[in-house]
Amino acid sequence: MNEQGMSVIVRTVTRLVYGLAIVFGFYVIMHGHLTPGGGFQGGAIVASAFALLLVSFGAAGLKGRLNKHLLQSLEEVGALAFLGLAFAGIGTVFFYNLLASSGSPLFGEPVAFGPNAGALNTGGLVPLMNWAVGLKVLTGIASIVIVMLVGARKEETE
Amino acid sequence: MRKAALLVAFLFVSAFLLLAATSTRPFGVPNDAAMDDYFIANAQGEVAANNVVTAVVFDYRGFDTLGEATVLFAAVVGVLTLFRKLREDER
Amino acid sequence: MNVGNFPFVIAALLVAFGLYALLFKRNLIKMVIGVSLVETGVNLFLVMLGYRSGGAAPIYTFATAGERMVLPTPQALTLTSIVIGLATTALLLSFAVFVHRHYGTLDVRKIKELRG
Repeated sequence: MNEQGMSVIVRTVTRLVYGLAIVFGFYVIMHGHLTPGGGFQGGAIVASAFALLLVSFGAAGLKGRLNKHLLQSLEEVGALAFLGLAFAGIGTVFFYNLLASSGSPLFGEPVAFGPNAGALNTGGLVPLMNWAVGLKVLTGIASIVIVMLVGARKEETE
Repeated sequence: MRKAALLVAFLFVSAFLLLAATSTRPFGVPNDAAMDDYFIANAQGEVAANNVVTAVVFDYRGFDTLGEATVLFAAVVGVLTLFRKLREDER
Repeated sequence: MNVGNFPFVIAALLVAFGLYALLFKRNLIKMVIGVSLVETGVNLFLVMLGYRSGGAAPIYTFATAGERMVLPTPQALTLTSIVIGLATTALLLSFAVFVHRHYGTLDVRKIKELRG
């Protein structure tokens, strides 16, 4: 694998596909309380799309385009947001679901019993936790992949 | 000689694994499902989520998810620290 | 001997293959693949423990009414186990890169012989 990435066919297909993969990953994160999926699965999908970009365009393709400190600070934001949401209902118990079926406009609608077509406005604190964990997994795996590629490449060209 | 002893030990362990796999409970009959029946019946009322697995992961068993997020964070910090030491070695 | 336990035998076979790769191969990357195979077998076994005969996925969106659902708790614990397996594999591969840079080879026997 050289610095320019892979051949023209791989690069063209990647340009067509990676936008769809990122949007699909965010869809899986957002609908985590209705369909199979959630924070961890959606974060892994977006990180895989990012790894596809990195492999097919090489390390030279992201020279001036990515800020590594931005990735690390986004991961810390995700971890702290998850911890803060866990402490939000500390008046009753740790991890108390504060907004479930409470009528507030932020994810507060109650759910009809039995099988139904899911509504997005339900779930309480669960969709917010999905976003926090998805952000954390996404930026964590992306920073691991970037550091391993750039660190291993730099010591080989010595 | 050492390779023959290793092969015998490996065959012994794999025979033990296969014997243990064939003498478990029958496939499809769980042993004790009282807690999971409670989760399936009450997840829409208490958590207001259609997905019972997400309700279990983030609400009923949220403490395990907190531990898992900590493990992922520690792994990312470990990999970043290791590669920073590599780059500082060659300067 | 119960023929109905065939799915559990598949999980045990995966663990046995992973142990073979861990014991009999000399390359470090192949040993990491063996560790990953053992973790996959254990995760598969954990998910298969919660199956009910004729059950459906435990999700209420567009579900058919009056059908039994499988147990959701082993699936939730398997999620945690998969993420921990990812963390372990990432650290193992970083150590493999470090060893290759220091010794120049990935052979396990040569790493034991050289000093310094």
